[in-house]
Amino acid sequence: MSAPRVAIVGGGPAGLSAAIALRRTGIGPVIVIDRDPAPGGIPRHCGHYPFGWREFRRLYRGPDYARRLVAEARAAGVTILSATTVTAIHAGPVLELSSHDGLSSLLPERVLLATGCRETPRAPRAVGGTKPAGIATTGTLQTMVYGSGLRPFRAPVILGTELVAFSALITATHAGIRPVAMVEPGPRATARFPAALFPSLHGIPLLTGTSVEAVEGHDKVEAVILRDRNGTRRLVCDGLLVTGRFRPDAVLLRDSGIEADPATGGPVVDAWGRTSLDGVFAAGNLLRPAETAGWCWDEGRRVAGAIAASLAGGLPAPPPRLTLADPVLGWAMPQRPSAAGTEPRLHLRLSRPARGQVVATGGAGDRVGFAVDSRPERRIVLEAATLPAGPVTLTFREDPA
Amino acid sequence: MVRAQDTDDLFDAAVIGGGVIGCAIARRLTLEGWRTVLIEKAADILDGASKGNSAILHTGFDAPEGSVEQACIVEGYAEYRAIHERLNLPLDEAGALVIAWTDAEAASLPALIAQARTNGVTDVSPPLTPAQVLALEPNLNPSLRSAFRVPRESLIDPWSAPLAYILQAVENGAVLLRGTEVTGGAFDGSEWRLETTSGVVRARVAINCAGNWGDVVDERLFGARDFTLRPRKGQFVVYDKPASRLARHILLPVPNKITKGVVVCRTVFGNLLVGPTAEDQDDREAATLVPETLEALKRRGAEILPALAREEVTAIYAGLRPATEFKDYRIKAHEGRNAVTVGGIRSTGLSSALGTAAHVWRLCAGLLDRAALPDPLWPRVPNLAEALPRGWQAPDNGGILCHCERVTRAEVEAALSGPVPAGSLAGLKRRTRVTMGRCQGNWCAATLAQVTRGRLPCPMAEAVE
Repeated sequence: MSAPRVAIVGGGPAGLSAAIALRRTGIGPVIVIDRDPAPGGIPRHCGHYPFGWREFRRLYRGPDYARRLVAEARAAGVTILSATTVTAIHAGPVLELSSHDGLSSLLPERVLLATGCRETPRAPRAVGGTKPAGIATTGTLQTMVYGSGLRPFRAPVILGTELVAFSALITATHAGIRPVAMVEPGPRATARFPAALFPSLHGIPLLTGTSVEAVEGHDKVEAVILRDRNGTRRLVCDGLLVTGRFRPDAVLLRDSGIEADPATGGPVVDAWGRTSLDGVFAAGNLLRPAETAGWCWDEGRRVAGAIAASLAGGLPAPPPRLTLADPVLGWAMPQRPSAAGTEPRLHLRLSRPARGQVVATGGAGDRVGFAVDSRPERRIVLEAATLPAGPVTLTFREDPA
Repeated sequence: MVRAQDTDDLFDAAVIGGGVIGCAIARRLTLEGWRTVLIEKAADILDGASKGNSAILHTGFDAPEGSVEQACIVEGYAEYRAIHERLNLPLDEAGALVIAWTDAEAASLPALIAQARTNGVTDVSPPLTPAQVLALEPNLNPSLRSAFRVPRESLIDPWSAPLAYILQAVENGAVLLRGTEVTGGAFDGSEWRLETTSGVVRARVAINCAGNWGDVVDERLFGARDFTLRPRKGQFVVYDKPASRLARHILLPVPNKITKGVVVCRTVFGNLLVGPTAEDQDDREAATLVPETLEALKRRGAEILPALAREEVTAIYAGLRPATEFKDYRIKAHEGRNAVTVGGIRSTGLSSALGTAAHVWRLCAGLLDRAALPDPLWPRVPNLAEALPRGWQAPDNGGILCHCERVTRAEVEAALSGPVPAGSLAGLKRRTRVTMGRCQGNWCAATLAQVTRGRLPCPMAEAVE
């Protein structure tokens, strides 16, 4: 295969948007490699609104949105390689690929990693009991329903109340699946109004302060054991839909020795999206737990600017690494922020609901404070230009309760 | 698939139970020229005790001296080494470290080393200093007191090995009856008539290796039992592949009287596992997972390898070992009844299976006059070990279907066909690793549901009307 100038791993909103932007600045060849049989990423399987407002100023269902992105990429001259998996990245950068034809390799000048994220399945969660069929994530449900016209259960319990759980609920309704309950270990639904109204509109009980302790059933799920402050009880169902708790799909980084940030689960990047491996950039939901398709699309556009500048030899040295010095500060990225970057903002999340001041201390000891009243699921966006100079340390001064 | 009622044959042997022991015995008897039928209750082989273990081929260094178990492990270990390449089975000679974490444990190491030498495992190291151990395994918790090394303790594929055994049996003429439970039986002085859920099976010799149901099957065949099973549950935590770089050796604790204790080791599939627990229970079917216990296992794992605290869990599982009131295996030839019971293979069955099969063969060889197969077929099973060539690296693989474990469509298709096709989704997983990775099948479930449609008794999904 001829060497492309830029190889993009992952054909979802971030990867496709970067590819389109690169082609439109005249850079080529640009190749997008996707392991799915068709490009488009997660929106391909989200058969509901609202996608595309930020990008196209109109609303699409996920599959139509994905089709439009792919069509624009093809029109811009992007080469898309589907059903192909990147199995390794080495310094160079060199990509190793596997497809129906076996192994091959690619030596692009720049690589963009846009492999996205996935939900946390059952195993890493504290759900005991047996391991029957009928335990699925939202992603599984959606690929089954929208991709294959199949359903893995008829009356599941839904675990989790992030926004994606309500997307799962819409999918379930579409497939004639009638969830028996929606279960949230926290004191209230994670997703905000109006999504949190959705279950009650459909007559599905929303059980907060409740966890799924165990699954029962040998071949198929027969019931779950729920625990709340009154003790445990058995709820008959035929499936468990495990939703949310997104994690970047970052194993490629781990295998390749690219520096990862345990807090985000993604790579350490600077304000230009550069990772620790020369010539390798990252964008989209690989960078941290899930943002919307539109957000990832915007990140793809931005990183395309950085890749174009890098090919022209115009990127400065990576700025210093930010330090988070309080456990309330869950994660921050880019981990090497700079106001000069194609991403001139700093994105921050708390690890628990808190109100107070994020204090940024610069290399010379100068301090800037930012008032924050937030919850883990809410974005906090700071302008990197407002941060003090030099290696910045963030601390947190919590308001008295 | 042959059904019992279709076979009016008189088999030489009926092996009851398709775990690793039954598969190995069926292979041995077939190679010795016996017409053998293996009868398994579940929809596929390896559905009971053999589905969850630590995937280690033990040398038997710590087995009780002079026990049947010890002899079978030594013989089984040797035969596995001799045949694994012909069957395309992996062998990762990782070596083990038996680690003392307290001074009292350190004081017990010389006796364990002496026992290993008595058991014929003469290449064990003397007690090592903490510095020597840490040079071998830099990620170990430096608070360890001492350890000794058992160089030939090895990692193998716990499911491909028994699959290869039964496959070799079937390709050389054995019959595999799955989804068939033995409900009773009688010996008339020359042959057994086994009542099964798929009709009567006739055989000259009956061999009970029913694992966690061994005592129940003994009652059904002989009206009596010599032991009572009390399954011992073992829960395991499996970490994602990047964690496997943290330890090269199998990290063993100093064993106590009940159990070998919590092991930390790589798997040939490229993961790292921590387990098992040892929890006696009455239930013979369900090995339930308990979150608190799994958390305790994770904490123990992170005490042994502190860096493990930052690694991600890929899978959790639990197995049931067929423990009895006796410490040793319960292998018994029933005089005058042409039958052998192979019971209480409580935790070392994977290591001892080939040796146990040879032992059982010697017990019943005199019952029939048959000539060993002069030139048996040696089928090769697909390799699933990460370190050896895999399907995704070869052309015409159909594309990767399960990304976490890099299982190709061609591998899945192959596992659904052939002489011993997968009989259940669990069996398909054990044959291919499909859905066994970090996303637990959530990415490929839809594709897999389509590919397996109509080919597994229990469908993964139903069509939306």
